[in-house]
This record gives sequence, C-alpha cells and structure tokens, in this order.
Amino acid sequence: MNFQFSDEQTLIRDSISRFLADEYAFDRRLTLTADGLGYSDVHWQQFAELGWLALPFAEQYGGLDATPVETMIIMEQFGRGLMVSPYLSTIVFAGQLLANAGSEEQCETILPDVITGDRLLACAYAEPQSRRALSGVSTRAERDGDIFVINGDKSLAIYAECAHTLIVSARTSGVDHDAHGVSLFLVDTPTAGISMTHHRTHDGSRASDITLHNVTVSADKLIGELDNGLPALDFAIDVATAAVCAEASGAMWAVYEQTLAYLKTREQFGQTLGSLQALQHRLVDVYTSCELAQSAALDATLHLGADPAARRRAVSAAKVTIANHGKTVGQEGVQLHGGVGMTMELPIGHYLKRLTAINAAFGDANYHLRRYQNP
Amino acid sequence: MYSVPAASLLRFARRDIGLAAMNKSWSPEIEAFRREVRDFIRTHLPDDIRCQVAEERMDLPREDLIRWHKILHEQGGWGCPGWPVEHGGPGWNFEQQYVFERELALNDAPRLMIYGVGMLGPTLMEFGSDEQKRRFLPPILRGDVYWCQGFSEPNAGSDLAALKCRADRDGDDYIVNGSKIWTSDAHHADWIFGLYRTASDGKKQHGITFLLIDLDSPGITLRPLLMFEGTHEVNQVFFDNVRVPVTHRVGEEHRGWTYAKYLLGLERFGTAEISRSMASLGRLKTLVAEIAADAGGAYYRDAAANVEIELRALELTERRLLFGPGGPDAMGPEASMLKVRGTELQQCILELTMEAMGPAGQIDRPRDAQPGSNRTQLEQAGRNYFNYRKTSIYSGSNEIQKNIIAKAVLGL
Ligand SMILES: Cc1cc2nc3c(=O)[nH]c(=O)nc-3n(C[C@H](O)[C@H](O)[C@H](O)COP(=O)(O)OP(=O)(O)OC[C@H]3O[C@@H](n4cnc5c(N)ncnc54)[C@H](O)[C@@H]3O)c2cc1C
Repeated sequence: MNFQFSDEQTLIRDSISRFLADEYAFDRRLTLTADGLGYSDVHWQQFAELGWLALPFAEQYGGLDATPVETMIIMEQFGRGLMVSPYLSTIVFAGQLLANAGSEEQCETILPDVITGDRLLACAYAEPQSRRALSGVSTRAERDGDIFVINGDKSLAIYAECAHTLIVSARTSGVDHDAHGVSLFLVDTPTAGISMTHHRTHDGSRASDITLHNVTVSADKLIGELDNGLPALDFAIDVATAAVCAEASGAMWAVYEQTLAYLKTREQFGQTLGSLQALQHRLVDVYTSCELAQSAALDATLHLGADPAARRRAVSAAKVTIANHGKTVGQEGVQLHGGVGMTMELPIGHYLKRLTAINAAFGDANYHLRRYQNP
Repeated sequence: MYSVPAASLLRFARRDIGLAAMNKSWSPEIEAFRREVRDFIRTHLPDDIRCQVAEERMDLPREDLIRWHKILHEQGGWGCPGWPVEHGGPGWNFEQQYVFERELALNDAPRLMIYGVGMLGPTLMEFGSDEQKRRFLPPILRGDVYWCQGFSEPNAGSDLAALKCRADRDGDDYIVNGSKIWTSDAHHADWIFGLYRTASDGKKQHGITFLLIDLDSPGITLRPLLMFEGTHEVNQVFFDNVRVPVTHRVGEEHRGWTYAKYLLGLERFGTAEISRSMASLGRLKTLVAEIAADAGGAYYRDAAANVEIELRALELTERRLLFGPGGPDAMGPEASMLKVRGTELQQCILELTMEAMGPAGQIDRPRDAQPGSNRTQLEQAGRNYFNYRKTSIYSGSNEIQKNIIAKAVLGL
C-alpha cells in the first residue's frame, strides 16, 4: 500500500498551486467571474503551455498519458483556488468521453486542438425532464441516408457557451428511459438549428440550455456504436464526478484552513475565538470532514478503471460523502466567520457556492445513495 | 387565552392539520380579528409587493416597504401593531399582535419596518424625552422616516459592548468618529440610531451612549457591502467629525447599554420567523409534490414532512411560552431557543427548496428582474438559500443564543 505522490505528481501539484497564487488571487477571480465567460483566455493558453490540457490524453494526439490521479491532483488544487474554467467540461468530461469512445479519426481531428487550447468541448446530455436518470433521453436523432437529424432540448450544459464542439446524446431507437437506443454525436457549434440560452450559475461558472431543431450531422459524427452510447456516457460522467469530488475536497481544505486562521486571530470578549471550546469542537468536525472527503475522492479516482459496478459504487459513495460533508463544511465556514463570512469580498462564501453547485452536479446525494445500493 | 393541559396537546397531535386546530382554540373575538386581518391583507396587499415577499426576498426596495406601511397605517395605525393608542397605534393586546404578525407572514406581506416600528419606537416610549417622542414617533408611525440600527462594529460583533465608535462632548453637541458595520438598510434609511463610546474607563458596558443621527449630517459616508450571493443589504457607515446635538441623546449619557438591552429584548419575539417558515414550507411542498417517484420525489417529500413536523413542535413551543400562565412577559431567555431552532428550520426549508430543483437551483438570476411578472418564486432558490445563511449570524448569533440558554435557562 502506498499513498505517496510520485515526484512528478508533486511537481504538478506545486506548479498548479503556484499558478493559482500568482495568477488567480481572489480579487482577480472576482473580476473575471463578474462578466463575459467567467474565465480568461490568457489563462487557458497558459494551461496549454503548462501541459495541463494534455494530461489525460494519449501521446499519439499530443497528450501526456497521465492517470486519473493527476486529474485528481489538478482538480483538488482548482478547488482550493476556486478556479472557474472550462477544464472540467472540456478536458475531463467531454475530452475523455471522446478519447474513450471516439474513433481514431475523430480523436485525431479533435484532440490535438483541444490539447493546444484551440478547441473547447462540452457535453449536452441532461434534459429538462430527465432529472436524475441517465436514460431519460427524449432528444431524437433520425437517420436520413448519410445524415442524422437531431431534435430536442438539453438543459444546463456546463460551458457549452464557448464550446466549439458539443457531444450530444440522442435517442436513435426505443423510448424515453430505455437504456438501449441512446447514441452520442459530435455537433459543431455554431450550427444551423442550435439555439442556446446561457446562464450564469452562483459559483461563477456558465451553463446553457440548448434547443436542437432539425440539426443535421453526417453519419461519421456518431461516437462509438449506434444505440449503445450510454455505457460510455456513464463512464465519462463517473470520471467527471470523481473530478468534482476531488475539487470539493480541495475547496473544503481551503475552508478549513481559512477558518482556522480566522479563529486564531479574531478576538471577541478579550480572547481569540479559537480559544473557545465550543468553536474548537466545531472546527475539529470540519477538519475530520476534510479528511473523509479527501479519502472519498481518492476512493472514486482509484476505482475509475475498475469494473462498472465497482466503479459506480465507489463514485456514488464519494459523491454522497462529499455532499454531506461538503455542505456542512461550507456552511460552517460562513457561520464561524460571522458577518464577514456573508460578504462578496471574502472567499469563504464563494466556497459554499461552489460546494453547493458540486452537490447539484452529476446527480445529488439522494440519487447517488440509490445508485450506490443498485450499481 | 391558550393554555395547554395534556389532553388538549394529545388532541392537537391527532389532528391532521394541527394549525387549524390551534386557530380554533383562539377565543371567538380573536378568531374574528384574525379573519378581519387576513381579509384586509388579501384585499389590500399590492401584488407586486406580495410576489417579492413570496420569492423570500428580504431586500425590498424602500418605496415598496413605505407603500405597504402607509396602507397599513391608514387602517388605524396597523403599521405599528405593538404601539399603544396614545402614540397612534391600534392598542392591541399581545394575542392580537401575535395573530396580526402571523397573518402578515402567512399571506406574504412584507416584514414590518422593524428598526423604527419595532425597536426605536418602543424604546423612545420608554426612555425618550417628551420632545423626542413628539418629534420622532409620528414620522415612524406614518412611515415618513426610515431608520436603521448602528450597533455592530468591525471589532464589536458578538462582543457588542467592546464598541469603540467615539462621541466626544463639545458644548451642546457630540462629535462622532469611527464606523459602524453590517448596518442593514443604511442605504435606504434617513436616520440611524446607535451606540457610541463616551467614556472608556471602568466596565466596557459603562460609557456607552445611545444617539439618534441624521444620515444627511456632514461627515457621514456609506460603503455598500455586497453579500456573497450579490444582494446589497448591509453597509459600513463611516463617521468623520459628525456633529450630533445633545438633544438627540436617548436617556442619560454613558447609560446607553441599558436602553440597548431593552431594545434588543424587543427583537426576541420576531427572529424565529416561524410563521414565515410556514409560508415557505407551503411553497416547498407544492414543489416536491410534482417530483416523480423515480426522480427522488419520495425523498424530498419525506424531507419536507420532517421539517413540517419539527416546525409544528416549534410553533407549539412558542405558543406555550408566549401564552403560558405568566403571559408573554414571563418568557425569558427561552426565547433564544426559538431563534436558534427557528432559523435552523428556515434555512433547512430554503436548502431543500434549492436542492429539490436540481441543477436549475444553481442559476444566478439577477435580483432586479421585474418582480411578479413572468417569473416563479423558485427562480431565486439558490440565492435565497445563500442569503438566509445570515439568519444564524445576526440578531445575536446562534452560538451566542446557545450561550444564553446554557447560562440563563440551564444554569450552567
Ligand atoms: C446580514 C446581516 C445584517 C446585519 N444587520 C445589522 C444591523 O442592522 N445593525 C447592526 O448593528 N448589526 C447588524 N449585523 C451584525 C450582526 O449582529 C453581527 O454580525 C453579529 O453580532 C456577529 O458578530 P460578528 O459578525 O462580528 O461575528 P463574531 O462575533 O466575530 O463571531 C464569529 C463567530 O464566532 C462565534 N462566536 C463569537 N463569540 C462566541 C462565543 N463567546 N461563544 C461561541 N461562539 C462565539 C459567532 O457565533 C460566529 O459564529 C448584521 C449582520 C448580518 C450578517
């Protein structure tokens, strides 16, 4: 058994942490998330130069063939620094979905540009009615000779706003909630027939509702087998879920450290708040939650290569752990700061917002509790 | 008057709708009064204002609060339900006041203009000079002057008596220097009442003076402080050589702590917001009723039922304390328990509302969108959840309330 990072992994962690300290101070983040797309193109190019966009991809496309542990490390740091960017949507989620399920030709056309930072991807899989069920796909793709015609609605696709290529799930046979009959398509944007409503979310990120009206794609845009897209999508969602669990654990550690530092210096009634036993116990619970969340994120990460049932159990267990402990830690961070904890100018409330968004993403605690029991 | 023999508690528990059963136990006069109030609110509350309250907003525009206050005022001083007739209030007994505020909450009417109506007004009636009562009470009654509360300072929050903002005597004036922070609604307000340091020898509770200050006075500046979800409710108020006539001092110099304790005691009854939570819970139940079983419907319905059960117990607890043998005056530090549990349940309801909406609960929609038109109360679900985290911090944080309970109720 070994829970040590390799030298190389430590290097990655330190380089991200330095980047966040130098380039992503909290007031800079506030400015960046206030308008536009919520992140900086310049930063994205720096991500490319630092090799972070290449991490999980195969060498043949310009990637670094890194393991899920490296993704965990980067997401943990992003969580600590409250980084808002299309990294999750492009590199972790859609990128790895394509890398795993796409043809060599599709990967060759798309991934090199992704790695250089010139192409952004996003997944549009959830639908307004589907709520939490993955098979709740009523968007349809009808075959018409050499093309597919896609019609339907997708909801709150993360960073679809700036994506050059979307991966869209659509039903090619069967009816809503059949596990079989869902296929995945590459859809470039803008394309005739696609309209989007963009939203800002409370965590400073962006998500779009998408309507597809007679959108045509050629048959070579089908990813993997016809009718059999769900297993690949399920896997990619687990990869993304493990990544946000790692992000949450990083965010929780930051809340713990900042709250600890605050209680050590803030004085009321002639003593530091940190000397009050009632508050010490609260912070001990926060600390324990951080340790548990970190373990849960690692558990999920290490199971990404396991057989599907074991993978699903580990990922769902992590998501439930993160949901419960992340919520408490986020709320405690605000509460123990008192009035300043409620303000825009302090990071603490922004951690609560991001932890809350993570809980709502990729299935909430209740969904994963059931999935855990029935993987 | 409601009292609680064990048998009636049992009967209460067996009813499907315990709250209706509770209402039936008001005397016929109070019940008639309740209906009169409810009908009045339902027919007179402007819809655009009601929609904002139903959206769980606490940051209503000044004009809307004043508009509603004036509607209540026209009805016979209803804007100041706790005020006696001699000062233009309706002169209601405590049951009437309780029922009135409950109906306001259940029917999504705005909260009262608490700083003037609920805090300063009664404090002036108790400790103000005749001249102060003549000058300051009528504008509060009519809703012409908007007050805010300047107690907290950057280094005096839970430890309020550590406040440092100075008021130095200079002839017939005080000269005020320093700052107040977290001042709710200072950007809407015309005047600020607050506590200022006039002496710093001896106990820190000594040497505090209660002053009334016109926010238009030269030397006052405001710094808006946005909440982390973007709402502007609180401010920092800076005083730079601000002259305040001695006639604007309430009571005696150095003895402001006594008046402040009286004033804060008045706040105790409202902060649990149990009836407001009933209204919010109703909205949550409507939302979760529509969630399909395979989309977590059962989970959310169970969770909502759980909060409802907790809320019932808390409401009955509040009534036991308020309408027990000694009446409301007998309620002491137990009120702290209502505040702690009340805010916890309120936060829980808004949390569940956001969670039940799934990812859509995370959308950040601007506050200034036209209220009422074309939007549902759920559009602000995420913001409401974040915004209401404040309720366990202000009005005496829940930790401080627990310290009070431990000391004054448990005797530890
Ligand atoms: C939205 C909002 C509106 C407000 N409006 C007003 C207003 O209009 N006017 C006004 O004067 N003030 C107002 N306040 C200020 C409010 O009363 C203070 O924030 C509150 O008293 C807490 O003080 P603090 O923020 O300095 O926190 P601190 O006192 O620094 O407390 C920080 C944390 O430590 C805990 N703590 C402190 N002491 C103890 C202890 N002895 N034992 C255990 N735990 C402890 C607290 O509970 C809190 O969790 C408002 C605050 C907010 C957030």
